[in-house]
Amino acid sequence: MEPGPAGAVGGTGTGSGALFLPLSDSEQQRYSELFARCCPPGAAAAPPEAAAGGSSVGELFRASQLPPDTLHQITEVCGAKRVGYFGPAQFYIALKLIAAAQSGFPVRIESIKNELPLPRFMALKNDSEIRYGNPAELHGVKFQVPHATLEKNSYKRTDEGDKQEHKSPPMSPICSPPASPSSYQRTSLSYGYGKSRNGLEQQHGASYEVRHSTHQQDGPSSGNYGAKSACACSTLNRSLSAEREPLDSSAHYADDPWRITEEQRDYYVNQFRSLQPDLNSFISGSVAKNFFTKSKLPIPELSHIWELSDVDCDGALTLAEFCAAFHLVVARKNGYQLPETLPETLLPDYLQAASLKPLHDCTLFDSYSESLPGNQQTRDFNRTEKTSAEEVPDNSALIQDAKKDDKQVLKTSIAIKPIPKEFQHLTVKTVAQESNALKARPRSRSYSSTSIEDAMRKGEEPPTPPPRPQKSHSRASSLDLNKIFQQNAQAMRSGWLPPPPPALPPRPSVTQTEQVSEVELHPQMNRPPSQTEENSSIKKEVVLAQPPSKPVRRKFRPETQALENPELSPTINVTSSLPAVKPHLPVQKQSSKQKRAIQTAIRKNKEANAVLARLNSELQQQLKEVHKERIALETQLEQLRPVTVL
Amino acid sequence: MAVCIAVIAKENYPLYIRSIPTENELKFHYTVHTSLDVVDEKISAMGKALVDQRELYLGLLYPTEDYKVYGYVTNSKVKFVMVVDSSNTALRDNEIRSMFRKLHNSYTDIMCNPFYNPGDRIHSRAFDNMVTSMMMQVC
Repeated sequence: MEPGPAGAVGGTGTGSGALFLPLSDSEQQRYSELFARCCPPGAAAAPPEAAAGGSSVGELFRASQLPPDTLHQITEVCGAKRVGYFGPAQFYIALKLIAAAQSGFPVRIESIKNELPLPRFMALKNDSEIRYGNPAELHGVKFQVPHATLEKNSYKRTDEGDKQEHKSPPMSPICSPPASPSSYQRTSLSYGYGKSRNGLEQQHGASYEVRHSTHQQDGPSSGNYGAKSACACSTLNRSLSAEREPLDSSAHYADDPWRITEEQRDYYVNQFRSLQPDLNSFISGSVAKNFFTKSKLPIPELSHIWELSDVDCDGALTLAEFCAAFHLVVARKNGYQLPETLPETLLPDYLQAASLKPLHDCTLFDSYSESLPGNQQTRDFNRTEKTSAEEVPDNSALIQDAKKDDKQVLKTSIAIKPIPKEFQHLTVKTVAQESNALKARPRSRSYSSTSIEDAMRKGEEPPTPPPRPQKSHSRASSLDLNKIFQQNAQAMRSGWLPPPPPALPPRPSVTQTEQVSEVELHPQMNRPPSQTEENSSIKKEVVLAQPPSKPVRRKFRPETQALENPELSPTINVTSSLPAVKPHLPVQKQSSKQKRAIQTAIRKNKEANAVLARLNSELQQQLKEVHKERIALETQLEQLRPVTVL
Repeated sequence: MAVCIAVIAKENYPLYIRSIPTENELKFHYTVHTSLDVVDEKISAMGKALVDQRELYLGLLYPTEDYKVYGYVTNSKVKFVMVVDSSNTALRDNEIRSMFRKLHNSYTDIMCNPFYNPGDRIHSRAFDNMVTSMMMQVC
C-alpha cells in the first residue's frame, strides 16, 4: 500500500526539518496500516501527497489515551500544524512521538530517534491486536465492534451476567447520524466505554469510502480535539450503518438513532423489570429519578429527557415510556443532542405496537384502568382536593369520555379500544401539536368539572338518604326518644350489646366466693325481669347457665321484643324513606306505648346499675382480702424456705 | 398581546419570568412585582371561600395606560401574572382565561417531572415553547 515508508519519511522529512526517522520493520508496517486507515481512499494512490483525514487522525491520537496537551504538542512537533495537514511524514512522526510519550519520554524530536516500542492505542475489549492485523481481520473487528463494550454498567447497575446484552444494545445509536464524535470529549466515561468508542474509531478508519467530508475540517490538530461538526460524520456514519445493516436485526433500518433495536429493547425491558416486576405497571417518578440519576447526566438534561418521554405527564413511566427515556439517555451518553420533541419512533404507542403482545393483553386493561384512575386520581385529586373513593369510577368514566370525545373530534380511526392510555397515545401520535391541548382537555375537565363531579357525587346520594329524624317524638322532649330509638334500631341491626341489662351475671370462672354471690344475684336478677313479660323470666333462667354475654343479650331481647314490633314499623319507614305522613299516626300510638316501655326499662336499668355497683364493691373487697392472704402466704413461704447456699 | 408572563412562587419570588420586548425588561419585572400586592389583596378578600376554578382566575388586576395586568392563582398559592398590551383589541376575558389554563396545565406538567424540585426556577423547554406560542399567538 505504501512505498518504503522509510523512504517516504525521508523524502517528506524535508518538510519537517530534514528528519530521517529510522523505522523498524514492524513499525513500518504498523504505521503504514495506520496511515492507510486514516487516509482518504481517493488519495491512497499518491502517498506523498496524501494527507490523513484530520478527524480520523484525531480519533487515533485520542485512542492513544494521551492527554490532549501532549497530543497538541505532538502535532506541533511533527509539523502537521505547520504544514496544515497530516502527510505521511507528519503522521509517522506523530506516531513515533506518541510511542515516545507513552513510554514516558518527552515530546521532542530527539526522543523519537531512539528505539521505541510501538505506540499503543486504545484497544477493543479482547481483540486489541486485531486492530493492527491484516485487513482481513478487520472485518472480524467490524463484526465484533457492534457488540463491543459499552459500559453502561459502569454507571448503571452492574449485571455481569448481562454484559453481552448490554454491549450490543447501545451500539446502534452510535452508528447513526449526528455528532457522535462529540462523544469523544466525554472522557468522564469509563475505560471500557472509551475502548468501545475507539473500537468504533477503528471501524471508522476502516470504512474507506467516507473521508472526503473530513477535509472540511480545519487544521487537523486543533479541529480534531474540539467538537466536530455533525455533517462531517454523517457520511461516515452512513457508511457505518451500511456496514452494520447486515449485522443488525432487520428492525434497524434507516439511520435512525432514535429507533430501538431488539437487543436494546430487551435490555431496557430487563432494566424495567428490575425496577418494577410487573411489566404492565408503572415506574413511579422517584424510582425513575434515582435510576436515571445514576447515569450521571446533568439534572437539566434528565429533566428534559423526562419531559420528552413522559407523554401523558403523569409522573410515572410505563414500559414504553421507560424504554424511550432509557434510549434517550443512552443517546445522550453517546453524544447525541437531545431532540426538542420526541421522535416518532420513541412514541409510546409506536413502541407498544412494536413490542407487541404483552401490552395488548386485555388483562392489561384492568391494571391500566386501575392504575390509570389511580394515577389520574393522584393527579387530578391533588388539584381538586377530592379523595372520596366514589369518584374513582366516576373519574375514569369521565376521562374515558374525554378521550372518546377527543377521538371523535380528531376523527382518527383507533382500532384498539379498551385501553384508555392508548387513546391518549394514539391521539398524541396523530396530532402531535394538539397533544397538549388534548391532555389539557381531560385535565381541564377535572378543573372545571368540579361541579360535574359534585353533581355526580350528589347524584349517588339519593339511593341511600340519611335516616329521617322521627318527627313523632317532638313532644317527648324530656326523653331523648330519638336517641334511644336510634340505639335500639342500631342494636337490632348490628346486634350490639344493648345498654346494660338489669343484672349482669357474674363470671362463672371466678372463685367460689363469687359463685356464692352469683346465687345471691339470682333473686336480684329475677326481680327486674318480673316486671316484664312472663317469657323473659323463663328465658333468663334457661339462659343463666350459658356464658354471661349471651344471656345479657337474650335477656334484653325479650324486653325489646315488646319494643321491637312497634319499633320495626317506624324504623322501616325511616330507612325506606317513605313519606312520613302515613306512618305518622300509627307511630304516634306506638310511641306512647314505647314511652311507657322505655320508662320501665330505664327503671330496670337503674336498679341493675345499683345492684352491679354493690356487687362490684363487694368483689373488690374480696379481691383485696385475697391479695393480702396471698402476700402473707408468700412471706411465710420465703421464711420457711431453707436458706440458700452461700 | 401578552408582553410578559411570569410565574411567581408561593413565597413571592419568581419561578419564571419572560417578556417579549427585551428592552425595558426591568420595567415589566417591576410591574409584575407590584402586581403581587394586588394579587394578595384579592386572595385575602376571598377569605376562606371555596376555591373553585372561577376564583383561581383573578381577572384584571390593574390597568395602566399602556397595558393591563391579569392575575391567576393556583390552589398552592402559585401565581401567574400576565401583562397584556392595551393597544391590542381588547382581549376577551375568556381568552385570557384559556391562556391561564394552558399555563396552569404546563405548570402541572412540570411538577410531574420528578427531576424538578418545587421552588426551582423553571427551565423546561416545553414550558418555554408554550409560553412563546402564547406570546406570539396573542400578538
